[in-house]
Amino acid sequence: MTAVAEPEVGRARLRKEDARLITGRTRWTDNLSLPGMLHLAFLRSPVAHARISKIDTSAAKQKPGVIAVVTGADVAEEQGSLPCAWPITEDIKIPNAPSLAVDEVNFAGEAVAAVVARSAAEAVDALEAIDVEYDELPVVLDMNEALAEGADLVHPELGTNKCATWVFDSAEAGSGGAIDDAIAQADVVLERTFRQQRLIPSFMEPRSVLVDPTGEQITVWSATQIPHILKWMISAVTGVPETKVRVIAPDVGGGFGGKLQVTPEEIITFLMARRLGRPVKWTETRSESMQSAHHGRDQIQKITLAAASDGTLKGLKVELLADMGAYLRLVTPGVPILGAFMFNAIYKMDAYRFECTNVFTNKTPTDAYRGAGRPEATFAIERMMDELAAELGRDPIDLRRQNWIKHEEFPFTTVAGLTYDSGNYEAATAKALELFGYDALRQEQRERRERGDTVQLGIGVSTYTEMCGLAPSRVLGALRYAAGGWEHASIRMLPTGKVEVITGTSPHGQGHETAWSQIVADRLGVPFEDVEVLHGDTAASHKGMDSYGSRSLAVGGTALVMAADRVIEKAKKLAAHMLECSEDDIEFSGGKLTVRGTDKATDIQSVALHAHVAHDLPEGMEASLDSEATFDPENFSYPHGTHLCAVEVDTETGQVKIRSYVCVDDVGTVVNPLIVEGQVHGGVAQGIAQALFEDAVHDESGTLTTGTFADYLLPSAADLPSFVTDRTETPATTNPLGAKGVGEAGTIAATPAVVNAIVDAVRHLGVDDIEMPCTPMRVWRAVHSGTRAEGGPGGEAGGGLGSIDASGGAQ
Amino acid sequence: MRITTTVDGTSYTDDVEPRMLLVQYLREKLGKVGTVVGCDTSNCGACTVHMDGQSVKSCSVLAVQADGREITTIEGLSADGQLHPVQQAFHDSHALQCGFCTPGMIMQAVDLLKENPDPDEEEIRAGLEGNLCRCTGYQNIVRAVRAAADKMQPSAAPEAETSREPVGASMPSEVAQS
Ligand code: FES
Ligand code: FES
Repeated sequence: MTAVAEPEVGRARLRKEDARLITGRTRWTDNLSLPGMLHLAFLRSPVAHARISKIDTSAAKQKPGVIAVVTGADVAEEQGSLPCAWPITEDIKIPNAPSLAVDEVNFAGEAVAAVVARSAAEAVDALEAIDVEYDELPVVLDMNEALAEGADLVHPELGTNKCATWVFDSAEAGSGGAIDDAIAQADVVLERTFRQQRLIPSFMEPRSVLVDPTGEQITVWSATQIPHILKWMISAVTGVPETKVRVIAPDVGGGFGGKLQVTPEEIITFLMARRLGRPVKWTETRSESMQSAHHGRDQIQKITLAAASDGTLKGLKVELLADMGAYLRLVTPGVPILGAFMFNAIYKMDAYRFECTNVFTNKTPTDAYRGAGRPEATFAIERMMDELAAELGRDPIDLRRQNWIKHEEFPFTTVAGLTYDSGNYEAATAKALELFGYDALRQEQRERRERGDTVQLGIGVSTYTEMCGLAPSRVLGALRYAAGGWEHASIRMLPTGKVEVITGTSPHGQGHETAWSQIVADRLGVPFEDVEVLHGDTAASHKGMDSYGSRSLAVGGTALVMAADRVIEKAKKLAAHMLECSEDDIEFSGGKLTVRGTDKATDIQSVALHAHVAHDLPEGMEASLDSEATFDPENFSYPHGTHLCAVEVDTETGQVKIRSYVCVDDVGTVVNPLIVEGQVHGGVAQGIAQALFEDAVHDESGTLTTGTFADYLLPSAADLPSFVTDRTETPATTNPLGAKGVGEAGTIAATPAVVNAIVDAVRHLGVDDIEMPCTPMRVWRAVHSGTRAEGGPGGEAGGGLGSIDASGGAQ
Repeated sequence: MRITTTVDGTSYTDDVEPRMLLVQYLREKLGKVGTVVGCDTSNCGACTVHMDGQSVKSCSVLAVQADGREITTIEGLSADGQLHPVQQAFHDSHALQCGFCTPGMIMQAVDLLKENPDPDEEEIRAGLEGNLCRCTGYQNIVRAVRAAADKMQPSAAPEAETSREPVGASMPSEVAQS
């Protein structure tokens, strides 16, 4: 068959990955076992802050099947400190971060000892026999209290709970005016404080690590998003040369940023396998995951928006407190900074100032979770746009239209200093409004208000953009990030005409095997089925920066296109030799190399074989068409779109029902519309979940009270509606695919659309905000007190597991 | 304790600890790792299998309770190299991303369609309430279950009625776009 009749890019190819996944033939890390394999289990601190005054492991060592028991003191020499790759300021405070606590624990769930035994059950049994005495210390939970004079300290040796303060000011950067002037000259100044509650990424596959020390290289299988970074960091932390470490991310069951980490468990499993000389595996329970794998969000946002009375935006001031939790993990302090350039979003304004203070508390460390910084920013600005519209008596879409960057104004340099390459907010919004039936819903809203219906209708808007395709290395360097943002790809042209693609991206549900095959099939004119995509094993894929930040296609896909183009260059040279013509006369199209103006031709497969046998090559040519490329983007990419949500709010029960959800996203050129649509569905679901259901709640002693799937309310099928999705397509101008990235868009856009809709439904009752998650209790309280509903630390978790139809969620 | 169980058509006799869960028995003793564990509170449904034709969460059944019973896992659903129509529909509808929830989802969906061969969207959503997926937002899962229902209808075309299709061979590689 020929794959050239119809372009592969743009086709809704069904996924190559599915066959193994739907038949149970998947290689999850926990599915693997090796001869002589031992099992590791962790003892975790039940208290949030304490000195460890004594650990006695002698009884545990006598338990059946136990091979070794170690404490932090036992591995203190080898374990090093877990890496923080993003020291955002010169004077940032970075606490020592041992994988196993040595003499102090700083959050409930921190690992204090590890047992290695012949079976997983024996390892867990022996944990109970470890005797630990804790001298409890004061627990720091609230960020404002943590910053107060004389506050108890999480890390007394740092002398403060303030980790770092990071500032962007448009006047200083030269990208705009001074915020104080903008506020002074404005007719309207609105101030609001929003809470971004703490969330748990909740990938469905629990984390798992298997380390085999028996070869020359120590092989680490891990349920990770970042095999390449992990390899580097294992070496950096333990001192084992990088050449002696091989990391494999086999099939990985979701990540959402939650597996963008170098974990204590990976390090300790590695050290124990090396120490014992036998393979060791650790797989977490869900409760362990929720307590100890990093959390996301957790910010308090004070926002000041200044505008003229005609609605023209003047300036925006953002003052954030961001909860780091107890330690700085891989990119913990940088997550809020990823939002710093996004609060101004798609709008034009004169002045912008962002100031973020990162704070330590005795809670699980936070780090990346789908969107990482950008959902927080989008939430704040999109909520504020609705507030301003209400203040001025304007239609919220109209107000946005007045202020957004017009399609003819691209490329546009924003007040935050980014240059948006392309976009068409008008087109996406027009399409969304039509699909949504905006006017009819507004009409119904008026009618319900007039007749005092107990069920009120609200309409929420979110016209978002995001910066993704992480990232130009020079920008990362300027932001003090310790690594680059390039991506690598290579292509092996096999003698049989088949093609192996090696990518440095590390998919865990995104379908790269399918999409990358489409790109290569198109570029090289080979059948889709003939392309095999290899990834996630540092021995095969020797170079990469992995998958996160909606980067894989925009950055890794571009590297792939470059590598393919190099294959073609080599093939042309060899074809010219084979066909006895000048290289300039060779035309390449759809896998065929033709001598211009003749019917003399060969194909890429024949040329690959010719190169491979190497019997007759042109002077100076190497015996290979294989090529590789590393792409470092010049700019971020900027997907955008318009999401519209209609909710029905029962004013008597506080119950919220999503009546319809329409989104029109512009993610640039699409390789596989089926995969893109799936990403949008999943992203929107997670955004809605933040608005309505999820909340990682700690009690006053610092214990996570939502530490299982029975308490932390992940939405089920019964909790979510069907979404209407559509697209507009404005190609990115910064990469040859025109792709912008889609992994995080839905999550970024959805949360404010839902909350705006809820507030819109009950605004006439005096409500101007409801804290997330908007549980029936919070909505009811807001409606009945006519003010914003209080939440804060200790607030209740959302309703879930059928709660849209039930009456009180977790209450 | 000694148990004898038929799993995916093969009979096994094993000594198991009384506390061993069925899912542990399947994974650790039999190597049936197609069935996975996603939680420790019986909330996620990733471990769903059929016991005597009924879906159960194998993390909330003891191995000893499976004594004398017949278990079908995701690995036994596509017997003889033929995909079950629900498996096929999950592929055709892009109803999976990472695929971790998928074995449990498919087993639950098969059970759902047995109970109710013609469910509407709400009934499908309610029937899958005990199975969590973090990737798909459920929309394509609902679509897949509905598509499988159409295919499995007694009124459907005769060749669709028997409706087991060879793994791989008949997997279409593209869907028409709406
Ligand atoms: S593992 Fe059985 S329900 Fe979660
Ligand atoms: S496909 Fe990933 S959890 Fe369902």
